[in-house]
Amino acid sequence: MVSEQPLSPAAIALNRFGLGATPDTASAAALADPHGWLIAQFDHFDVTPPAWAALADARALLSAYQEQQRALRQARAAAPPPAPVTAATTPLPAGPVMAATVPMAGKPARTPEQKQARRDLGEDIHALYRQGVQARAQSALETQAPFVERLVHFWSNHFCVSVDNLPVTALAASFERDAIRPHVLGRFEEMLLAVERHPAMLLYLNQNQSIGPNSPAALRARAKGGADRQRGLNENLAREIMELHTLGVRSGYSQADVTEFARALTGWTVGGINDDAPGDFAFHPQQHEPGTRTIVGKTYAQSGVDQARAVLVDLAHAPATASHVATKLARHFAGDVPPQALVDRLADAFARSRGDLPTVYRALVASPEPWEPRSLKAKTPWEWTISSLRALGVGDVGTLQVATITQQLGQPVWKPGSPAGWDDTAASWIAPDALMRRVEFAQRLAAPRAAQIDARQRAPQVLPGALSAATAEQIAHAESPASALALMLVSPDFLRR
Amino acid sequence: MLHRRSFLHLAGGAAGSLLVAPGMVLAAAETERRFVFVIQRGAADGLNIVVPYADPGYARLRGALAIDPAAATRLDGTFALHPALKETAAMYARGQALFVHAVASPYRDRSHFDGQNVLETGGSQPYQARDGWLNRLVAMLPRASDAAIAIAPTVPPALRGPVQVTSYAPSGLPGPTDDLMTRVGALYAPDRQLQAAWSAALDTRKLAQGSGARQDPASLGKLTATFLTKPHGPRIAMLETEGWDTHSGQDGRLATQLRGLDTLLAALRDGMGPAWAQTTVLVATEFGRTAAANGTGGTDHGTASVAWVLGGGVKGGRVVADWPGLGNGQLYEGRDLAPTSQLDALLAGVAAESLALDPAQVARRLFPLAGAPRPMTGLLV
Repeated sequence: MVSEQPLSPAAIALNRFGLGATPDTASAAALADPHGWLIAQFDHFDVTPPAWAALADARALLSAYQEQQRALRQARAAAPPPAPVTAATTPLPAGPVMAATVPMAGKPARTPEQKQARRDLGEDIHALYRQGVQARAQSALETQAPFVERLVHFWSNHFCVSVDNLPVTALAASFERDAIRPHVLGRFEEMLLAVERHPAMLLYLNQNQSIGPNSPAALRARAKGGADRQRGLNENLAREIMELHTLGVRSGYSQADVTEFARALTGWTVGGINDDAPGDFAFHPQQHEPGTRTIVGKTYAQSGVDQARAVLVDLAHAPATASHVATKLARHFAGDVPPQALVDRLADAFARSRGDLPTVYRALVASPEPWEPRSLKAKTPWEWTISSLRALGVGDVGTLQVATITQQLGQPVWKPGSPAGWDDTAASWIAPDALMRRVEFAQRLAAPRAAQIDARQRAPQVLPGALSAATAEQIAHAESPASALALMLVSPDFLRR
Repeated sequence: MLHRRSFLHLAGGAAGSLLVAPGMVLAAAETERRFVFVIQRGAADGLNIVVPYADPGYARLRGALAIDPAAATRLDGTFALHPALKETAAMYARGQALFVHAVASPYRDRSHFDGQNVLETGGSQPYQARDGWLNRLVAMLPRASDAAIAIAPTVPPALRGPVQVTSYAPSGLPGPTDDLMTRVGALYAPDRQLQAAWSAALDTRKLAQGSGARQDPASLGKLTATFLTKPHGPRIAMLETEGWDTHSGQDGRLATQLRGLDTLLAALRDGMGPAWAQTTVLVATEFGRTAAANGTGGTDHGTASVAWVLGGGVKGGRVVADWPGLGNGQLYEGRDLAPTSQLDALLAGVAAESLALDPAQVARRLFPLAGAPRPMTGLLV
């Protein structure tokens, strides 16, 4: 890396801890007292700003989805045997999200009305997803607490779902709004419990289908001779909680621990149409595997929903969890290879405060490592998009289609494609094609705004005490105001934080 | 109002439904031989792709999830191919495809991310090696130019390393002005990381001109062929496919995945034309899935799986396997297909033979941390 302008503390507070400087006066407080500005945001965070509050009720939509699935099943079961339909010749519903519903040979074909109903539902769900992405972007643009909003994005990625099927697509925004945002300034344990009980997570990691092999429901099915009913244990959620959400991989737990935890989790599911709260967390005792469980050396004799809850609480407070979370936070704020001293300090703050997140954030802000006066991180496509809009003074997301933009830049919101979430290192984001797309997109963003914004004045505002001479020079000599503004957004100074 | 077209774009435009993260990465070299590595991310179910129908354990363990041998393509007296793989079956019939079954990397736990890390870096355990084995392979080729060339929004770990590779994926955005391009180039010139990525992007855009590429499986196969058939163009490519983690609803999902991959491979073969004779494709996944069906119409993380080798020079029409069996006491840890072949030995052998390199030397260079496995050879003409 070339020698660059040493970054000012204000630039670090705004761009590394925050979501990027804006031209308005909100940045003034950061210039005056960078540390204090960050900590004061804990009192200014709006858990449910208007854009989030206005989102349609995903649970109602999920109930409609369940209702419709049932109606379709009934209609198809009642239909007379039609001409054979094979998977190979049936037109696929649009998009990979529907892949799980490809009709197989031998089942009755759907009527045109049924097909239309499915398409309509799919469109409604995708509209809701896009509306959720707009809400996320809107609150990132208008927030008075950009450091806390960044932490929301961090935790949402730590505990990610991926919108790879319709139900999760419907619920992804609700997941961030209802399981992450209320707890970002709370305790890790509370966030963990909210996350693992949220329908989006239960559906994404197949927990809704996991049934204890010796549960009353399974025994009943077997007694009826229902051997063809595919019912049993699914370890997916249990494994990812241990590997990704809490302890971290290779931290000492075994395959047997995963299976035992999966048994403890049986009965945790999403309420169906006949439940008290359709589309919400439900515990179905008749699906719970009876018995005492032993997980990472500890015995859990609780019955029912309390068993897995007790395991989760223990996992939240395990030393490996403190270290896992500390490592990820340190990587996010202090570089791809996180400094061990910072990791230790954060893990210690986490353990001593019993997972009180503001205590951990205070330890982070008080540490020297994240204030290193050179760029430590490459911005992800999401970070770059939001910081670009903020730098251009865009306060209202309006008709910008943020879901499409992040897709084109290589990081579709809430769709990392794996429960590990998006990678947080430069090697994943500074890639040839990705860079070219940012240049293309910067030009598109800059063109309609260049008449109002002089890049020569804006650049030192959004990179206060952090603008390199080379970038200032290229901006000053660009052939057009639009080129100059686009250059500001794709300059090395702005691509990193 | 939601427009169908915009949704398709949002969903990655994977109209054929194979979840292709359009990760194609290519490297230029002074050779007419080509090697393509296709990774199946998510642990593909080898037992339902190349089906051991003659093993009595198969139907017993899989139950309703078992592939009906009558619908599948018989490969030999033991194995049959998933019915969705029509083009692959045709290549097998022509002796241009083979499968290596009960194969696994050195990794024995069941984390996707660690498993993919071992598969891609070629270490014996996760995060032991920093660079990818495919990058080390690029370094062994006689080079046409200093800068190796690449294509995809990001570079997958198998291709990361000291040799610069580029990445390319089709984009729908209008191109930047010349002035902007020139000034961006000037700004990035003194910045090693950005400069390397930028010059690679410029080279790749030139190569891609006129290919009109889209992101569905057929287009990606064709695009890969377009790059691989350019004179002095790249000779190594990597494609990433996702969506193989079939914990539930496996029947429909696996069929859709396989149809997409089948389409991609056929488009690649057709696009290569006469150069298919010098092209070898290797398909592999990080690990397999449980031998038994789980309780939710799917399978959970397992151990051994199947790898595919296709190409004009493949001594195909056979399944290579030291079959461990699916009977009681034959499963790995009582639950998974036991590994009897080493995936790194296969990768070394096929990569070496397809690029006319010395197999033992390739094994030493690619997999030193895995103890330089004895390369599996004799799979190509």
